[in-house]
Amino acid sequence: MADLIWVYGDVVDGKISRATLEMLSKAAALGRAEVVLLGPAPDDAVHTLSAHGASKVYRSKDPVYRECLTLPAVETMATLIAAHRPRVVLFASSYGGRDVAAALSAKLDCGALTDVGDLALRDGALEATIPALGGSYQNTSTLSGQGTKLVLVRPKAFETKPNEKSATVEEVPPPRDAAVLKIRVTERMTVTREGPQLEDSRVIVSGGRGLKGPERFAILQELAALLGGAVGATRAAVDAAWVPYALQIGQTGKTVKPDLYIACGISGAIQHLAGMKGSKTIVAINTDPEAPIFQVADLGVVGDVFKVVPQLIEELKKRKRG
Amino acid sequence: MARHDEVNIVVCAKVVPLSSVTIQIDPATKRMVRKDVSQELDPQAAKAVEEALRLTEKQGGSVTVVVMGGDDATIGIRGALAMGATAAIHLSDPALAGSDALGTAKALAAAIRKEPFDLVICATESSDSYTGLVPGQLAQLLGVPPLTFATSLTVEGRTATIKRQSEGGYDVVTSELPVLVTVTTGINEPRYPTLKGIMGAKKKEIRKYTAADLGLGPAEIGESGAREKVLTVGRPPARPAGTVIKDEGQGGKQIADFLANLKLI
Repeated sequence: MADLIWVYGDVVDGKISRATLEMLSKAAALGRAEVVLLGPAPDDAVHTLSAHGASKVYRSKDPVYRECLTLPAVETMATLIAAHRPRVVLFASSYGGRDVAAALSAKLDCGALTDVGDLALRDGALEATIPALGGSYQNTSTLSGQGTKLVLVRPKAFETKPNEKSATVEEVPPPRDAAVLKIRVTERMTVTREGPQLEDSRVIVSGGRGLKGPERFAILQELAALLGGAVGATRAAVDAAWVPYALQIGQTGKTVKPDLYIACGISGAIQHLAGMKGSKTIVAINTDPEAPIFQVADLGVVGDVFKVVPQLIEELKKRKRG
Repeated sequence: MARHDEVNIVVCAKVVPLSSVTIQIDPATKRMVRKDVSQELDPQAAKAVEEALRLTEKQGGSVTVVVMGGDDATIGIRGALAMGATAAIHLSDPALAGSDALGTAKALAAAIRKEPFDLVICATESSDSYTGLVPGQLAQLLGVPPLTFATSLTVEGRTATIKRQSEGGYDVVTSELPVLVTVTTGINEPRYPTLKGIMGAKKKEIRKYTAADLGLGPAEIGESGAREKVLTVGRPPARPAGTVIKDEGQGGKQIADFLANLKLI
């Protein structure tokens, strides 16, 4: 019998997240893929999941999962896992996914693997590939014990694949125990961003400590706009409050894999490399010839960002006109 | 004078290798090499300590720091006490070495259960191992609600409120005390210890607990208790080397040529 692989459905900005579809595509390749989808979701959610390989969707539309954070989902997941015993449950490394997986791993006393970039089942045993120490090492790990294995998956670990199934839907009852209703979301603020989202952008122009201040991110904005891309930043730039956290790329920020990544004034700490090393083409500009970023760059320019980038901008404008 | 809204806070901290040090993994033990590596209070944990100090300075109460680790954890404990923490608990036992996230959470939970607390504050994830699992596991084991990814934290009466980082902005999230809060890297800028703080730290109480004190055995902690098993340690495939040029006044143009060659512009 095929291994039963579950995906914890993740809804971000009112949509089934891409990470959910990536995990589902992998789950369908590993065995029988089923999704648990808790809380409000788009009307076509089951259809979308079905089109990416889901054979079954456990579903509750109850708003409790949205209004009361984490705890109701943990309760429902624990009940469902006890009843159906999936081999593996995959979670997105989103805020919600991480909270539910962590709590569940203690409740079920099973532990969890995080930051997983690939996984395989060998005779039913889980083998996960996990970058360690910012990606300078790559480990394979497993979880001991007979029970269900919980796995938090890195974004963009897998490709989404259309895989038409006709998923059945089973409604699940939400928990009513007051103990799981303790965390209330009272307000949701969306910060509007212009231009393409970082994760979806084909071109990213990113700045680090070498920019020396927030005002100088403006030239990166200009370059990104010319290339139809988005602006990103290192943790150093975010910690210095030059740009918001939403722009942070790296181990504690976003993982990106654009076609073109232009690193400006970025030394290339392993934590940053972990978030952008998968970019197809990397261009780096830095004054320090020893900067580790040059080891991953396809083209490195040892020079001053404030000379090289303006010249690049002029050149792009000229060629656009030309 | 005691205030009605004073809060007793436990902060979970750890020591990590200095950020300037390149960390290695020992292929035999499959663990990070910590011996002979200079350690410091995890900069992420320092933000948790700072947030706890700001709360108690405003409304009274105590800050107890819990650190698990060997003798070199002392440097982190002293660091947190020098910042202003009231007391510290050191979970120190060779039996704890090699614990995975869940084992660590069990040890922390066992120690924290001995304390009266209103809040537990942790970093969202540590600067070295980054699993980010421990706080959520700890909250579950303590039976308190996890308020995670906080970019701000306030306590009024018996209600804690955070701004929680979200994919598209932030959410305002509340719960009744006791709660566990994880703080993000942008929440504050930790203070540097003053000389007075450093001197004062030497007189502060550090309680030590062994695994036996915590009631934990090899099925739960250490390598034997770890659910997570590392099978192999390797290196990822390296990127092929690229070209590095020096800007001689044409750097911007050379980048444009390079991009045009690859049809990226």
